[in-house]
Amino acid sequence: MELNQIINPANKVYSRPALLSENTMHYCPGCSHGVVHKIIAELIDEMGQQENTIGVAPVGCAVFAYNYIDVDWVEAAHGRAPALATAVKRLNPEKLVFTYQGDGDISAIGTAETIHAANRGENIAIIFINNGIYGMTGGQMAPTTLEGQKTATTPYGRRVDLNGYPLAISTLLAQLDGTCYVTRQAVHTAAAARKAKSAIKKAFQNALAGRGTSVVEIVGTCSSGWKLSPRASNAWMEENMFEKYPLGDLKNADVEK
Amino acid sequence: MAKVHGAVVIDEERCKGCDLCVAACPTKVLLLKDKEVNNRGYHYAYMAQPEACIGCSSCAIVCPDACIEVYRVVEK
Amino acid sequence: MNEDIRLMKGNEAIAHAAIRYGVDGYFGYPITPQSEILETLEALMPWETTGMVVLQAESETASINMVYGGAATGKAVMTSSSSPGVSLMQEGISYLAASELPALIVNVMRGGPGLGTIHPSQSDYFQTTKGGGHGDYRLIVLAPSSVQEMADFVSLGFDLAFKYRNPAMILADGVIGQMMEKVVLPEQRPRRTAEEIRKQCPWALTGKTPDRKRNVVTSLELDSAIMEKNNERFQRTYKEIEANEVRYQEYQTEDADYLIVAFGSMARICLKAVEEARKVGVKIGLLRPITLWPFPYEAINNIAKGMKGILVAELNAGQMIEDVRLAVHDNVPVEHFGRMGGIVPNPTEILMSFTNKFGVKF
Repeated sequence: MELNQIINPANKVYSRPALLSENTMHYCPGCSHGVVHKIIAELIDEMGQQENTIGVAPVGCAVFAYNYIDVDWVEAAHGRAPALATAVKRLNPEKLVFTYQGDGDISAIGTAETIHAANRGENIAIIFINNGIYGMTGGQMAPTTLEGQKTATTPYGRRVDLNGYPLAISTLLAQLDGTCYVTRQAVHTAAAARKAKSAIKKAFQNALAGRGTSVVEIVGTCSSGWKLSPRASNAWMEENMFEKYPLGDLKNADVEK
Repeated sequence: MAKVHGAVVIDEERCKGCDLCVAACPTKVLLLKDKEVNNRGYHYAYMAQPEACIGCSSCAIVCPDACIEVYRVVEK
Repeated sequence: MNEDIRLMKGNEAIAHAAIRYGVDGYFGYPITPQSEILETLEALMPWETTGMVVLQAESETASINMVYGGAATGKAVMTSSSSPGVSLMQEGISYLAASELPALIVNVMRGGPGLGTIHPSQSDYFQTTKGGGHGDYRLIVLAPSSVQEMADFVSLGFDLAFKYRNPAMILADGVIGQMMEKVVLPEQRPRRTAEEIRKQCPWALTGKTPDRKRNVVTSLELDSAIMEKNNERFQRTYKEIEANEVRYQEYQTEDADYLIVAFGSMARICLKAVEEARKVGVKIGLLRPITLWPFPYEAINNIAKGMKGILVAELNAGQMIEDVRLAVHDNVPVEHFGRMGGIVPNPTEILMSFTNKFGVKF
């Protein structure tokens, strides 16, 4: 069969999500943020929620998330996204409210806001990208940086005697009574990305149904920060990140009940 | 047995040449251009072996920049 | 019409007035001397009547960022705190101003610096009127000197905040927050409907509909040329507020030889001092700025012309005195009387200060 016979609108099985804006994303080549943005844009469209969604963007690499996904957004101060989302949702209980946060945002400067929003069981979805490093500011140590991992502020590798231990914030959030769904996913393969999409869909459904706080952690890569090619980053992530941050559901109230 | 034909259309100017689609392709259809670059200087992806494509969308799903469209025909 | 007259604390009046104004949400954290605001709201359960959201947050940082999130959706939202807590809020206040969001913040001041004291003070004047947080921004600052004004300034604060899309602050002090006085509460107003919010606040996050582009509330702009334009727009708003919204109260200034400038609880004490002085034939007048920003520079300059001296009386080491000096351009001698650390002076001390600073005999 000729290419021009195949490339025909009737045969299209995958296209750029309608809610992803035309703007070229500012992320580095291979960055996991792009895949997650795409999944969120697809889901909001598929769930018919464009007119009903308010996103809360973080400070970090995803600070410009509002430039890419075509819904109403507010840009939070660093770490404060769950506090903003708390008020947005309580004042607009019918809305789909989600935060999009990195590891520094959620588990360093915003730990208090994150834990208390989750503990109150705010009906929001928290999408958390864990790439173990501060991307936007140039590759400094994050709370999630692995032991021995080199960053701009741990140039000889993270030492637990100096810098403490890598923080698995999702594991901690799963212990709180306010969370209904906490899961750790990845987007480095098509199969992983499909599972991540199901997880985010579930989180959005929980938020809409008022079941409590959902947290979807995406273990991702930061090629620039890790100083590896995107392909090598995926391999390094599988080998190192997944050991400390194993994929799978940490809490699923649906199943447990 | 049904034969599956696939094809992808890549937005070359949007592509950042990250190579993740190439890695994700189960039938080794895609490669990055060896010499040519797009306007932003990236070696963009292209179908090096179009006849091998089965339209599985793996490349498009892992593409961080949403620059791949996938087409699929099942010939009975 | 039967007026709804009550006897209550200033802090309680704020809570009642907030519900009656139709405020959509209050987010706060306990701190003396203003915890009665949150306590009263929780006791009144407005979520059962008007639908108002009341939430005790985990910190002042969270409170102000809840206000930021709520304000972004066009809702009338507020918080309250006292000095150390308001210091924590400065981040969010700067974001509110930069994102051009209306909101109301109440600061029932206590003595600082640091943890300081729980007793009354006016030592956050600089923080409130000159910035506090980072960047070139201004807060609309209302200084109540009675429980009635605590109630009235809730609606005034919100009205101004929405009119100019700028956060407003009620800058009270522990005296005004804690004292009980007669207050006439306003009529209950309905909260605005979703439709009214869409109309009044086209910029608000109400959900992206096909008839408009997505709304984004952000203070971030990496293009310096655009960021300068944004700043110029803020400054134009501030000029407009300065031109239209200066508020102050005069008392016996027409024939006065001396002027006292004082705000909040201090103005009440000074009012008594003016009356005492006039009993023995010393003509002192009082000017009480109601808006600390915009500050009544012109009014003070006009009123003080030809006077022998101005005493700026404050519960601090001398903060508003800088604005009074700017107002009169050194044409009139300006002196300061202040108490710190939570001490509230009596009228006699004010008069003694006139003797010490200006040689006035009583």
